[in-house]
Amino acid sequence: MKQNNKQAHKFGMVIDLDKCTGCGSCMVACMSENNVPVKEDESDKKDSITWMRVYKLNNNKPFPETEICYLPRPCQHCSGKGDHGHSPCVSVCPATATDYDYSTGIVSQIYTRCFGCRYCMGACPYHARYFNWWDPKWPDGMESYLSPNVSPRMRGVVEKCSFCFHRYQLAKEQVYYDGEERIEDEAAYQTACTQACPAGAIVFGDLNNPDHQVTQIVKPNPHPEHDNHDVVGKSRNPKVFRLLERLGTNTKIYYMSERKWVRKLGDNYLDGEWEKADNHHGSSHG
Amino acid sequence: MKVDRRSFLGLGLGAAAGVALSPVGAKLTDDSSIWTQTWFLTPVPEDGEITFEPSVCSLCPGKCGINVRKITNRPVKVDGLEGYPVNDGGICLHGISAIQYLYDPSRVKTPMKRNGDTFESISWETAISEIKQKLGDIRKSGSASKLACVSGDDKGSVAQLFQRFLSAFGSNNFYTMPNLESALALTAQTMHGEDATIAYDLENAGMILSFGAGLIEGWGSPVSCFKANASKKDRGSKLYQIEARLSNTAANADKWIPVKPGTEADLALGICAVILKEKMFNAEYAQYFGGNFNKFAAMVQNKYSVANVSQTTGVPEAEIAKLANLFVKFNKSKSVAICGRGKANDAVSLKEFAAVHALNCLVGNINQKGGAWILPQNEYLQFPDVVTDDAADKGLSAKQISTSATGFFSKIKATSKPDIEALFVVNANPCHNLHDAKYITDVVKQVPFVVSFSSFMDETAKQADLILPSHTCLEMMQDLPSGSGVTRQVVGLSKPVVDPVFDTKNPGDAIIELAKSFEGSIAESFPWDDLEGCLSEVASDIWDTLSEDGHVVVSDKAPGSLPSVDFSFLAENPATAALAGDNNEYPLILIPIDNMRVAPGAQASSAFAVKTVADTVIKGKDGFIEINPATAKNMGIKDGSEVKVTTPSGSVVVRATYFHGIMPGYIGMVQGLGHDMNNMYVADKGVNVNELITPVFETGSGLDAAFGSVAKISKA
Repeated sequence: MKQNNKQAHKFGMVIDLDKCTGCGSCMVACMSENNVPVKEDESDKKDSITWMRVYKLNNNKPFPETEICYLPRPCQHCSGKGDHGHSPCVSVCPATATDYDYSTGIVSQIYTRCFGCRYCMGACPYHARYFNWWDPKWPDGMESYLSPNVSPRMRGVVEKCSFCFHRYQLAKEQVYYDGEERIEDEAAYQTACTQACPAGAIVFGDLNNPDHQVTQIVKPNPHPEHDNHDVVGKSRNPKVFRLLERLGTNTKIYYMSERKWVRKLGDNYLDGEWEKADNHHGSSHG
Repeated sequence: MKVDRRSFLGLGLGAAAGVALSPVGAKLTDDSSIWTQTWFLTPVPEDGEITFEPSVCSLCPGKCGINVRKITNRPVKVDGLEGYPVNDGGICLHGISAIQYLYDPSRVKTPMKRNGDTFESISWETAISEIKQKLGDIRKSGSASKLACVSGDDKGSVAQLFQRFLSAFGSNNFYTMPNLESALALTAQTMHGEDATIAYDLENAGMILSFGAGLIEGWGSPVSCFKANASKKDRGSKLYQIEARLSNTAANADKWIPVKPGTEADLALGICAVILKEKMFNAEYAQYFGGNFNKFAAMVQNKYSVANVSQTTGVPEAEIAKLANLFVKFNKSKSVAICGRGKANDAVSLKEFAAVHALNCLVGNINQKGGAWILPQNEYLQFPDVVTDDAADKGLSAKQISTSATGFFSKIKATSKPDIEALFVVNANPCHNLHDAKYITDVVKQVPFVVSFSSFMDETAKQADLILPSHTCLEMMQDLPSGSGVTRQVVGLSKPVVDPVFDTKNPGDAIIELAKSFEGSIAESFPWDDLEGCLSEVASDIWDTLSEDGHVVVSDKAPGSLPSVDFSFLAENPATAALAGDNNEYPLILIPIDNMRVAPGAQASSAFAVKTVADTVIKGKDGFIEINPATAKNMGIKDGSEVKVTTPSGSVVVRATYFHGIMPGYIGMVQGLGHDMNNMYVADKGVNVNELITPVFETGSGLDAAFGSVAKISKA
């Protein structure tokens, strides 16, 4: 099934970095929703499993011109070059443990199929994937708070953000139960991080549905870019950008900021490239 | 058999082709991955029906509505409650972690009694009767006033029952931990002479002039403030943040104005002076200004000229004048000034609160939409008068030892004969959270009989003689009034959403049980069977709605009348409390940093929360100080290297992390770390900044106004 046909969803997110306060609610909501375990020491961030991770960015200027900004990073759910569903991780998985769902645009992860080769982690440009180096442990009693909607993972498998796929499944069941065929209502399916964000910085919805807020903010261009045919779905909102957009990974997480320096950090620009990219949007606000 | 080159190659190629084509290799790889799997070690959570139970979170002064998702009877997730008048669906990371607190490794599972250096489990009956015995002896000896209680706050029936117990027993020595709410009440008392609180209509203000208030660091009612902050762009509202360090709030503000910490009051008075000099104050509201207004006006223009204030605060002269003009200009759509550094539950000074409040009075935003509201205290609890006997009357005639918890501890150590024979600690952890924490711990150790009502074996519980463990947030029924600067006065009802995991009690029930174990007037003052019975009587006006809807909105409108303003306190130009210690010996200033992801209150951070903390706050067990690279390079301190930090109160070894956003000459340390608890997730990580800060008491108010400490650092 092609993902741009009328029946398919294309779930995506836009995060307003000017609203994000770096409070960490999204990270904890995600851990709690998805049975992510906690180790005694989580300060080695390379092996600390955080499906949703909030990075702290700064403009690298001395006092008092310093500015900081927080950037929440879930799995970017790449649609791959040309929007064909060949995400970097899906393309390299030898076990079909991770796959691209054309009907939702969600990159899945099937823990019991994964045998831990970690090719996907190498392929992911966003460090969104995490490897379980140890079996998860919960101290006495804490297992009681685990949710049956998401399987806990064993050591030796890779895990990542699933856009709270179990919530999609529950919403779909509800829709079928109500005698409808398709999730149309924005509120019916929301990720845990979106729901938790106290600042309302995260907007989640179906990028194929023009009524959804995410589509209205992002205004994705359905056509490939003229100068780079790999890039599809670029935002027509000058304040909105994607991470490493020019790679053509076509991520479905969009970021929004009024601040130029923040938008510039979204990609690695050579001298002069940023000005061109910024003007390409036809705007130089910031 | 002769093996020639041809047959060797043929054989080799044949073997290679065989291996490549045979399924054995793939099968072995597959098998090895299957047979080394440990799925049998991985828990399979039991499935069941999903239900939701609404309740109210009691973890911080915010008191947000929560919605607890349960599978059969297990809570599995805490979400924000949609439509709740405080947080409308939003939730902070600590609230979500409430399910972890249930099974926290450091929980006290049964009542405990000290036996030398260890604790042994005892029954609730034994525990209550032991306390009764001890307190009875104290009372008999005629020193009822020697029972003290330190509580997290004095709002809600649980805290008030403890206060009531003290009154019935015969003691005035009830203290709350430093918190924003009491500072606001004191300010309202000082400036308006009313028993009131101050609330700020942040979500409607056109400009917020924040003197260090960490709107997104957890100030006031955190989620409510997050929402007000997030909506400012859409409303075209401005936030000006005045503080020494680029906090998240400063980074999120429209403008950050660095100022020397501790001089916020000077800046506020400087702005007042400009407003008065330029006659920009609200003439209409000026009718309500009391007699000492002229004296105040003359004083600030004389003492707080732009030049003087610029000198003290480090803010350029032009900037001060501009701030005054902006504050007045934006007042068309209401500008409001707020203060209380970070979460405002640490050091506060009345001078600072009054000076900042004077700004609100001058522009006349009092009781206006988008301004500061002087709200009468939410008195939904109508307790009958306490019954007292002679022993109680005698005790109550004795003077309260101090006006603040820190002051209380500093005074009882100084005397050789114990001023205090018994101490109750409820919903508070003074041995970690008060300044000079090590000293406080020593004082608590010296108190002959300490009873802790903590849910966790925290630093204070460790010093107790008896621990009567409390339920945690999700196990407990209690009324929770919103406060801390929120304009909507809401009373929420927290409900037990899960059966108690351990043999714990609601501290409200425990104190009623204890009171009833006494004979005579103490028992008579507590005529209820339990907290619920008590609430249904003393909150009878709202009880039906409260127990049915889970919350009651007591008021959400600004009072119709305008209060008068008394400038007498400020007109005297009260002194600013200076930090203790010698600037020459200690050339730097250490300031505590409030970080939303670290819980600094009675509960230590959850495992989830600690996991979110950056590796420049905790690395392994190491803590950090933030330092401006310019300051660090002068001293030859490298990013990430170990440094020894020394203040008059103590000395610790931590790592340095460079941060351009902190004022040169200052070092910052995150508050709420360095716990000494039996909990591998939080214990021994980082250091407790409160051990490094010496309290300084503001003359008059008696509040601990130490915003930091003088400090020096050297390479470790």
